[in-house]
Amino acid sequence: MHEYSIVQALLDKVDYEVRSHGASRASRVRVSIGELAGVEIELLKTAYDTIRHRTVCEDAELDVTRVNARWECPQCRTAIARGAALRCATCGQPARLASGDEIMLDQIEVEAA
Amino acid sequence: MCDTCGCGDPDIVPLDVQEDILSGNRQRAAHNREHFRGHGVFTVNLMGSPGAGKTAVLEATARTLGAAARCGALAGDLATDRDAARLTRAGVPALAITTGSACHLDAKMVHEALHKFPDWSRLDYLFIENVGNLVCPAVYDLGQDVNVVALAITEGEDKPVKYPVMFRKADLVLLTKMDLLPHLRHMNVSAVLEGIAQVMPANKVIPFSAETGEGVDEWLAWLAEQRLSRGSAQHHHRHEHEHV
Repeated sequence: MHEYSIVQALLDKVDYEVRSHGASRASRVRVSIGELAGVEIELLKTAYDTIRHRTVCEDAELDVTRVNARWECPQCRTAIARGAALRCATCGQPARLASGDEIMLDQIEVEAA
Repeated sequence: MCDTCGCGDPDIVPLDVQEDILSGNRQRAAHNREHFRGHGVFTVNLMGSPGAGKTAVLEATARTLGAAARCGALAGDLATDRDAARLTRAGVPALAITTGSACHLDAKMVHEALHKFPDWSRLDYLFIENVGNLVCPAVYDLGQDVNVVALAITEGEDKPVKYPVMFRKADLVLLTKMDLLPHLRHMNVSAVLEGIAQVMPANKVIPFSAETGEGVDEWLAWLAEQRLSRGSAQHHHRHEHEHV
């Protein structure tokens, strides 16, 4: 249930951005959550709806993009198939996660002051 | 003017941010890491389910290391300081971090605990026993050198593939309670290892038993090797920067 602490960190960031652009509130917040970020998107939305009241996000919709996990060999860049052992069949290198662990604030839409 | 969603609303302005939501924790973890490295304190973030045997691993570690190394521990739990008391009895000076309802430790809690931990900077090893939980602790960097996951052989073959987030971050898995294996008629150890290989790039597992001592020497050798390779042993206690 660390989704609440993630939403709190998100609200703090949005608040900072909104205020530093001279706006008073956000109308939309876009985030990306990786498949292997350890964040449950439904719980994140519930947490957001629970604690956004009386913040700059009071009326802001939350758009969440889910990013699939993509593993590759750090040396030859060969993609590792889903469910396969995380080691390159050619180089023997441990795989590297190319994407799928993001907990990212992408964009905010604000109403012009 | 809003040109992203096509609503045409002239009062909507999009701001591109592209920032890690947990950047605050990452910065605090980097600060902790700087302190640990500067003082030559090798730091282990020990994670695993409740009851996986994390405290028993540390007790066995202390028993075998004896006076050969200075160890200390921070023990995270929702309530009580029982783990810290157990560790202190085992000869590891330990401080409890009670998180209340929080399911994980974060870099700030660790930093605040260090302020209450006498002489942490003189330790060779600091073990941070995280809150028992196979999900949340993996998300928060604490400033540790390595992540170690205790997975009990009694937890079932499919735990690694069910909880890939934590195993992805692990530098080592201690497969604990191996002494119970003869009682687990349907447990297939190679299935556990195959699952780990699918979710853990480092793919390093040490079968372990705090009861019989199986794997303890291999674990201590792994720790010493990691400590050496990260330079903690060389930089011991040369840190000049005041901790404020």
